[in-house]
Amino acid sequence: MKDFVLIFRGVNDDPANQLSQQQMQDIMTNWQNWMGGIAAQNKLASRGYRLGDEISTLKPGNVVTDGPYAEIKEMLSGLIVVKADSLAEAKEIAKGCPILQINGSVEVRSVIVMG
Amino acid sequence: MQKEKELIPQLYRTEFRKLVSVLSRSFGLEHIELAEDIVSEAFLTAAETWGIKGIPNNPVAWLYTVAKNTAKDQLKRHNLFEGKITTYLQQDHNTAYETEIDLSTQNIRDSQLQMMFAICHPVIPPEAQIGLSLRILCGFSIDEIADAFLTNKENINKRLFRARQKLKEARIAIEVPPVTEIDKRIETVLTTVYLLFNEGYYSQSHNAILRRDLCLEAMRLNYLLLENPATNTPAVNALMALMCFHSSRFDSRLDEHGEVVLYDDQDSSLWNQELIAKGNYYLNMAARGDTLSTYHLEAGIAYWHTNRSAEKWQHILQLYNKLLQLRYSPIAALNRTYALYKVYGKAAAIAEAEKLKLDNSHLYHCLLGNLYTDEDNQKAIEHYNTAIKLTKSSVDKKAIRKQMIKIGTL
Repeated sequence: MKDFVLIFRGVNDDPANQLSQQQMQDIMTNWQNWMGGIAAQNKLASRGYRLGDEISTLKPGNVVTDGPYAEIKEMLSGLIVVKADSLAEAKEIAKGCPILQINGSVEVRSVIVMG
Repeated sequence: MQKEKELIPQLYRTEFRKLVSVLSRSFGLEHIELAEDIVSEAFLTAAETWGIKGIPNNPVAWLYTVAKNTAKDQLKRHNLFEGKITTYLQQDHNTAYETEIDLSTQNIRDSQLQMMFAICHPVIPPEAQIGLSLRILCGFSIDEIADAFLTNKENINKRLFRARQKLKEARIAIEVPPVTEIDKRIETVLTTVYLLFNEGYYSQSHNAILRRDLCLEAMRLNYLLLENPATNTPAVNALMALMCFHSSRFDSRLDEHGEVVLYDDQDSSLWNQELIAKGNYYLNMAARGDTLSTYHLEAGIAYWHTNRSAEKWQHILQLYNKLLQLRYSPIAALNRTYALYKVYGKAAAIAEAEKLKLDNSHLYHCLLGNLYTDEDNQKAIEHYNTAIKLTKSSVDKKAIRKQMIKIGTL
């Protein structure tokens, strides 16, 4: 078993696209069910982080912008670490991620363990 | 004659631990066996004397006096006396040496609490902790411990011997750890209490009274922690709530033949409302502060199980989701899948169950057998047959066959 990081990106909030209270709650439930399912297989290596909205991006030459790196339309929203035998298996796990149902994306990356 | 035969085992269960704790505290843990011997001897003397002269007016005080006197004699005989005095004097101990052994209520309570922390020290392997707890903290006889673990006396004696060796080697002090360490050390204590309770609740032993006693003892030990402000933490309250909720179903989970009644078939009018109310109280107490221990989550699950409402399964599922993220266990994974079935139906649950790959567990195949029933009866029967092959318990085999008979007849 190796560790793979799943990196979640959501579409930048479009005010026209605001989700209702109920929709938000359904997403949270789906998310917990998905995480619980990974944990039930004993394949959750780390619950990782859900990222907050206090953001600053620093660039060369003392350029600081409050907010995420501007060129990225999809905003980084969090990450978890799973245990899998192969990239293919990690991808299978990622397929169930509820963010895919709201136009978000999941990047699956192997991890290099630093000596 | 008959009376003292009932009274002595009763007193043994309640007083043995108190006397051993107090004596061990004054001798030091390295002499724990001596303390056990002295107390056992006091009970032997009681059995002999009371049989001839009748039961004294205050049997407990009688036992205490005999134990005290034997302790003093033993101290002299074992040369322990001298060694003790000199070390005490050298260390300029403020208690100074006194042959008076303090059997006040306060000292008994303190000694038992300290003994709990000593026995549940992280260097002692968990299995040994439970054995020692049953022996020293719960006053179980070797026979009873052997019965609870479905093994023989010899094995238990060996296990206890090794555990006592560990206590000596590690030079563990009888004390409540300093405040800064309590949260960490209390985890081991709670694990032992929790295992002790489970031993009683899920044990394969057919002795129903003994099983209930194990559970009550676990609750009593936990209560010792609640009594002391330093150890009355949210996690301790959560564990108490969990045990109250579980034990509220004691009367409904075994039928008149001592066979397990599945949750869905239980008569909820037999659930003990007083214990449920107590569980609610401790669960509220556990909500102080911002710690969320696995005991909180398990107590939450147990709370919803005392409830027959329709929405409860969604709550139970979400609590299992969280519990598994904090700490994986195969049982929690199976129970989560069952809750998922209750909320989202069999097809969704089968898909999740097939991913668990707990092929060596008979409970896993029981779950799959249950889920496949009426979906794919052939597969259901296959899984039930595998489950029967995997379990050694005849009670389990019988229960599984009962489920198989239901297939196709519904």
